[in-house]
Amino acid sequence: MPSIKELAKRKEKFVSGHRLCPGCGAGVVARLVMLAIDKPVVVGCATGCLEVSSTIFPYTSWDTPFIHSAFENVAATISGVESAYKALKKQGKIDKDIVFVAFGGDGGTYDIGLQSLSGAAERGHRMLYVCYNNQAYMNTGIQRSSATPKGASTTTSPAGKVIPGKIQFSKDIMSIMIAHRIPYVAQTIPGRWNDIVNKVEKAINTDGFSFINVLSPCRLGWPHKPELAMEITRLAVDTCFWPLYEVIDGKYKLNYKPKEKKPITEWLKIQARFAHLLKPGNEHIVEEIQKEIDRRWEDLLRKCETS
Amino acid sequence: MPSAKVAKTGNEIFAEAMRQINPDVVAAYPITPATEIVQIFSQFVADGLVKTEYIAVESEHSAMSACIGASAAGARTMTGTSAQGLALMWEMLYIAAGLRLPIIMAVVNRALSAPINIHCDHSDTMGARDSGWIQIYSENVQEAYDNMIQAVRIAEHPEVKLPVMVTTDGFILSHCLEVVEILDDADVQRFVGEPPKRHTLLDFENPITIGALDLQDYYFEHRRQVAEAMNNCGRIIEQIASEYANLTGRKYEFFERYRLDDAEYAIVLIGSTAGTAKEVVDRLRVGGKKVGLLKIRVFRPFDYLKIREILKNIRVIGVMDRADGLNSFCGPLYTEICTALYESDNRPVLANFIYGLGGREVKESDIEQVFDELFKIDREGKKVNTKYIGVRE
Repeated sequence: MPSIKELAKRKEKFVSGHRLCPGCGAGVVARLVMLAIDKPVVVGCATGCLEVSSTIFPYTSWDTPFIHSAFENVAATISGVESAYKALKKQGKIDKDIVFVAFGGDGGTYDIGLQSLSGAAERGHRMLYVCYNNQAYMNTGIQRSSATPKGASTTTSPAGKVIPGKIQFSKDIMSIMIAHRIPYVAQTIPGRWNDIVNKVEKAINTDGFSFINVLSPCRLGWPHKPELAMEITRLAVDTCFWPLYEVIDGKYKLNYKPKEKKPITEWLKIQARFAHLLKPGNEHIVEEIQKEIDRRWEDLLRKCETS
Repeated sequence: MPSAKVAKTGNEIFAEAMRQINPDVVAAYPITPATEIVQIFSQFVADGLVKTEYIAVESEHSAMSACIGASAAGARTMTGTSAQGLALMWEMLYIAAGLRLPIIMAVVNRALSAPINIHCDHSDTMGARDSGWIQIYSENVQEAYDNMIQAVRIAEHPEVKLPVMVTTDGFILSHCLEVVEILDDADVQRFVGEPPKRHTLLDFENPITIGALDLQDYYFEHRRQVAEAMNNCGRIIEQIASEYANLTGRKYEFFERYRLDDAEYAIVLIGSTAGTAKEVVDRLRVGGKKVGLLKIRVFRPFDYLKIREILKNIRVIGVMDRADGLNSFCGPLYTEICTALYESDNRPVLANFIYGLGGREVKESDIEQVFDELFKIDREGKKVNTKYIGVRE
């Protein structure tokens, strides 16, 4: 694993000039992922914030080959690229070792892209799939996805007089990907550069399909103060809302255990999408959220212990 | 040139052509009646007869998405599908063409749901007619083979760079055995050659961004280039057909003129019904009727100018559509023929006939009925609205 100094000296493959918002997590995620890959790499991107903000013709922020085709199919698109590589390598037309990375937002991963993701994982293409998860359809204007947490107010699950934001808990994509029995699955945040870089390094050195779920703050959709973007991801970890862990060949490993587990209200109170939950009358929802976080955390600890 | 006569079905011949072309990547999903193509081809892969990476995708949407990725990476890429499968690919069809990727697809024509039906009509590919794909339809299994071999050269030509679909009529051709002449593997390889150089995703000396966001300031120019490629590819299609004729003795044009030179009444149609129509034309000719047939082979691009020249002196033309336009007026081929003839000084009378939907059998008597209608229109001087042939009304 490179030191931060070594990392800083590497040639950037995701370069400045993109038009992501100040305080957006996606740009930090893309930059860290690309810095962690010290090999020739082809990038695919699902339609979404990262893609529309980084490839406005005639400009591109990708100083490496890049393809976007549609929203729900980045895993299938990169399946094709990787298969072409295998075919051409077998024929001796290419000699390089090339890494393949697919980026998708939570909509393109949890929802509309789930089938294509599952297909590519099952077929075992050698690629890293990175979900930059900002927990809603931010690019189209903050609509709920199946990754949106319970209670969050979005434009299609607004907090109203009778419905207090999103009713359901988020889909457990990690378990879904782990159930595919792929060799590497991990969850991380951009707020801990060493954790994400380490995981990307492991993933690209895995012989097969790997999946990394990265919490990616959205200053417009959550919303939060832009300067708090990285801090907020660390708070997600310290409240056990977003545990840092990895599953290598089916074995669970917790990468970080908070010394003191912070209450979920710490995470909720700095984001306007949860503001209504902290008003009198909604205590039971916060309780339910805390209970579910505790249950998922205990479940994870058990899996890590018995693994 | 060395060649062999073999008995093959339409699906078998597509698979055989694909084996001889030996593409780098095939990504496909099963669907009746096209399933056999990929089934036979995956056996070729399993037996090591081809160098192809075969991607057994989980849907047609992913099939076309994977083809797009593979082709963008520089691989010669093929697939096959039908009806609902083509419909599921819809979004990606436009993207394949817009990104100028020379993907080759075998499409076995089948009716679209609902109601669900697995038999032939042209509503699937007719719906894709404005997607930017070149479309070549086949009358018989021999044509399907010949079209497929030529398709590779057409798609990859540096002045074209558009995807091509080659079609057969579901079951009528896909599952019927026909004796066809095929080339030697080596001749096919020589004919298709190495794919011409393109910008690709695996070229790290010249990294490119494919599929960028085009806003108001560039989208129009890029779409205009797609239109220009379609406008200009006719010449390339003819040039490749002529090379193919030198190799095989089989010469193909955008269409086939059958006893049209002195014809006063003509039918225009697409696909396997041409065989039936030729029989009827021959019989009516014996009876002294000046009838003929124009079979459209290349539907995209559509050669409006030549078709105008060919048809302008016919008295009455029956355009037979194996797909309904559901536009309250006519089928898709009729629209094209009308457009072609509008600027002619001498405009023939046109009538539209919708036939054979969902695999409804087309008999010689149906074709005779169409000609009878044309004679009647001429006799009575009255034009008819779109007629449905062979349906209980």
